[in-house]
Amino acid sequence: MDAFKIIVLAKQVPDTRNVGKDAMKADGTVNRAVLPAIFNPEDLHALEVALRIKDLFKDSTITLLTMGPVRAVEILREGFYRGADDGILLTDRAFAGSDTLATSYALSCAIREIRDFDIIICGRQAIDGDTAQVGPQVAEKLGIPQITYCEEIVSLNKKQVTVKRRLEQGVEIVACNLPVLITVNNSAAPCRPRNAKRLMKYKHATTMSKQQETGGDYLASSSSHTHLNIKEWGISNIKCDTAQLGLAGSPTKVKKVDNIVFQSKDSKRIEDLDEDIGILMKELIDSHIIG
Amino acid sequence: MNNVTVYCEFEEGKIADVSFELLSKGRNLANQLNCKLEALLFGNNLDGLEKEIAPYGVDILFKAEDERLSPYTTLPHTSLMVKLFKEQKPQIVLMGATTIGRDLGPRVSSALGSGLTADCTELEIGDHEDKKEKKIYKNLLYQIRPAFGGNIIATIINPDCRPQMATVREGVMRKVISDPKHTCEVIHLDVKNYFNKTDFAIKIIERHIEKSKINIKNSSIIVAGGFGVGSRENFGLLHRLASLLGGEVGATRAAVDAGFVEHERQVGQTGVTVRPKVYIACGISGQIQHLAGMQESSIIISINNDVNAPINKIANYVIQGKVENVIPKMIRYFKENSK
Ligand SMILES: Cc1cc2nc3c(=O)[nH]c(=O)nc-3n(C[C@H](O)[C@H](O)[C@H](O)COP(=O)(O)OP(=O)(O)OC[C@H]3O[C@@H](n4cnc5c(N)ncnc54)[C@H](O)[C@@H]3O)c2cc1C
Ligand SMILES: Cc1cc2nc3c(=O)[nH]c(=O)nc-3n(C[C@H](O)[C@H](O)[C@H](O)COP(=O)(O)OP(=O)(O)OC[C@H]3O[C@@H](n4cnc5c(N)ncnc54)[C@H](O)[C@@H]3O)c2cc1C
Repeated sequence: MDAFKIIVLAKQVPDTRNVGKDAMKADGTVNRAVLPAIFNPEDLHALEVALRIKDLFKDSTITLLTMGPVRAVEILREGFYRGADDGILLTDRAFAGSDTLATSYALSCAIREIRDFDIIICGRQAIDGDTAQVGPQVAEKLGIPQITYCEEIVSLNKKQVTVKRRLEQGVEIVACNLPVLITVNNSAAPCRPRNAKRLMKYKHATTMSKQQETGGDYLASSSSHTHLNIKEWGISNIKCDTAQLGLAGSPTKVKKVDNIVFQSKDSKRIEDLDEDIGILMKELIDSHIIG
Repeated sequence: MNNVTVYCEFEEGKIADVSFELLSKGRNLANQLNCKLEALLFGNNLDGLEKEIAPYGVDILFKAEDERLSPYTTLPHTSLMVKLFKEQKPQIVLMGATTIGRDLGPRVSSALGSGLTADCTELEIGDHEDKKEKKIYKNLLYQIRPAFGGNIIATIINPDCRPQMATVREGVMRKVISDPKHTCEVIHLDVKNYFNKTDFAIKIIERHIEKSKINIKNSSIIVAGGFGVGSRENFGLLHRLASLLGGEVGATRAAVDAGFVEHERQVGQTGVTVRPKVYIACGISGQIQHLAGMQESSIIISINNDVNAPINKIANYVIQGKVENVIPKMIRYFKENSK
């Protein structure tokens, strides 16, 4: 039976979709620091696409790769609960301030280090940076084709994958030889829930630096529990040109950030008059609430 | 050399509206920078299309014709752009933030090692001082875009790398013909000098129109209607406003029960719970079972002919009036004020 080596790229993100009134500062702007850190929603869809391949081809392996601060190990654990086989946390000060090009460069260097893969699956877009650029850029850096906006894998064999893509006005079915990178839309099947047995098994899984931080876990120190150690890679574990990493390796720079003010103190009453509604729409556009 | 270049999308025999909008913006930027405006058109059967493009003030049109360029696939379009940009060295490249532009843009930017800014809502020319390096950059492209789910607006620049690349959504820029009689120089690219052997890895097996499933949960703008909307036809107004704002249509149970709209759109205790950036409640009284599904929205705008409707107590803006009168005005003034 065929088996596939799958790498899933996943990012830990602040939950920007569900900004409730509790995450609002007194001035009406969003307090980003208090937003909960979650598994980027479309990356969960990506994981499900991988898990469905593994359901059909049992000997397949799924490696989750995330780049981020040490805390991002949480999403690797989450991936283990749902069925991922392996996880790598790519973390290093040198990655700080990366734009999408520097991010995709670092991820592609880590993927080269993993070496053996048939399919890379990632989310279409992260809900914080919101660019949807990392997937295609990783594919370009690895010199492999990309299939964006995947809703479903239609068929797969050792040579070729057939994918249903969701476009603006319709769907497209495309085929491509492996290896390939696929980005997954939120119209794809949602991810299965955590598996209770796996939850017990991986509850304490963490990286070495997290273990040292917390004084270490008794079980994790035992060599018979290797699955509790999550791989942690820094720049010394990958072959890379450090000039292409982090802020220095990022062609785009953030010049300025404006917070959007959401709350007006009291409710405003507006009459059904051309002038009043014109003023309202202009105000909403100027404050970037719409438009 | 050093010009402003717009990638024109060509699908199903038509140039996309967003491309005309970007040509209009591109003309404006080229005037400020005192350079030329170039357009790229890759596809099949492109005869005469320069007549549609030139009136937007295009100076040079690069055309690449080959049956393998249409329908669009990533790699041949990438190879054309990358090699052409290495020859022509544009300073600014604009593309639509469409399913094509967002597939092609990042691939091209990675191959060139130049920065790309996604989903810009404004583009301006300005200077930048790097205080650390004590260096002043003249005439950079300020790429202004929302991020963090629309909670912040960032101004992004690419000080050192060229081209400065940006994508913009359809409807954000205004389409302006600069001279209906304007003509442009047309340069035909010899495609075989641009393609790589591996560019035809993707085979399109089938394409068809298919409606996507309704999922209002991920939408940051919701235009919701209640029983007060009055009819399925009036809900059409809500759909128009929602699509203009890039949002989705939601509803109360009363509106669903009356058959105005699909059940998948119901918000509330027995529907979905949403926390969008903006919730526009049209003809909704605001019963507790409905509020349970939407009261965490960041901004609530209520349109109701009854000032005392309970929903008005939690609304940031209350428009007193009839839905069928107010929404057409909102549509009109949105169009007039958007850039
Ligand atoms: C306000 C703001 C604006 C920004 N604007 C730009 C911009 O216009 N251009 C630009 O180049 N950069 C920009 N950045 C930087 C960019 O957000 C980061 O580089 C980010 O790490 C990756 O981009 P993204 O969040 O948009 O991811 P996307 O490109 O939207 O992510 C797509 C997929 O790639 C994978 N992926 C992304 N990041 C990781 C990761 N760290 N680890 C594992 N998998 C990952 C995931 O599967 C994800 O679903 C901006 C950042 C901020 C804060
Ligand atoms: C167990 C249970 C569960 C429920 N679950 C849900 C749920 O999940 N979601 C939900 O929405 N409801 C739910 N309901 C129903 C809920 O109680 C209300 O009946 C319903 O929300 C009312 O919908 P409405 O505001 O559209 O209608 P109405 O209460 O009839 O309000 C109509 C409003 O429109 C205004 N209006 C009339 N004409 C115009 C006009 N031309 N222009 C402007 N305004 C106009 C009126 O002033 C009024 O405020 C549930 C009820 C029960 C008992």
